[in-house]
Amino acid sequence: MKKNDVILIAVLLTAALAVFGGMALFSAKSTKDAEAVVYLEGEEQGRYPLDQDASVKIEAASGGYNILEIHGGKADITEASCPDKICVNHRPVNHQGESLVCLPNEVVVEIVNGGEPAMDTSTR
Amino acid sequence: MAKKTAYMGMFTALAFVFSYLEFLIPINLGIPGVKLGLANLVTIVVLYLMGVKEACILSFVRIVLNGFTFGNPAAMLYSLAGGFLSLLAMALSRKFKLFSVTGVSVLGGVFHNLGQILAAVLVVENAKLLYYFPVLVLSGTIAGTVIGILAAMVIKRLDKGMEYK
Repeated sequence: MKKNDVILIAVLLTAALAVFGGMALFSAKSTKDAEAVVYLEGEEQGRYPLDQDASVKIEAASGGYNILEIHGGKADITEASCPDKICVNHRPVNHQGESLVCLPNEVVVEIVNGGEPAMDTSTR
Repeated sequence: MAKKTAYMGMFTALAFVFSYLEFLIPINLGIPGVKLGLANLVTIVVLYLMGVKEACILSFVRIVLNGFTFGNPAAMLYSLAGGFLSLLAMALSRKFKLFSVTGVSVLGGVFHNLGQILAAVLVVENAKLLYYFPVLVLSGTIAGTVIGILAAMVIKRLDKGMEYK
């Protein structure tokens, strides 16, 4: 290892930890009134408040599906038709900005802070 | 030429087995993309001992083999994007000689994760996925360091015994 290697590793670790720490501090306060927003192929499909338990089936255009469960203030994808199950293995999310992604079905579930202007939830 | 072909075949098989090993023992930390990247060990060794072209071929063949054997098209797309950016970063950083094997491997790890997250952003059309980038920089740096130290050891030993030119 050269000196440059050590500097590179130190800089990357410090930068990542700083940004990560900053985001954790920021999002710690913002879970109240949070909502899970479901996007399908980049289009918003619906919003579900995290303080109400719910189970939603997201139907993808390709014929696939994802089951989104909201339980105990967290959103989690518990079942999916995709082969890799990356979204299912993802831990439940509840912080602002966190998201669950299913690439094969082009589904994104994103956590946003509540209190924004009311959006029409029955989109298109 | 025959020796080179034999080496390429052996390295490709090794990289393929490493990928399979990681597939068998997934380290699931709850965030996709966090992994050791064992196959990158082979890529780095080939990059240093044989060259950029050989490393590209090896990487591409491994990803396609992987994708068809125990992956799926989506996973293959992720891997190709990550593999391409990773190799680009490693080939360039090796050329400019700023870092040793470890530094090159760290850059490879971080850029692999960057490539994957960018591919995901493009597919789902949601730039907010970059939220996970800091975590992936962290994991890419740690994994890259481990793989880089290992690769440096392997290169040192193989360099003496390997004859292919």
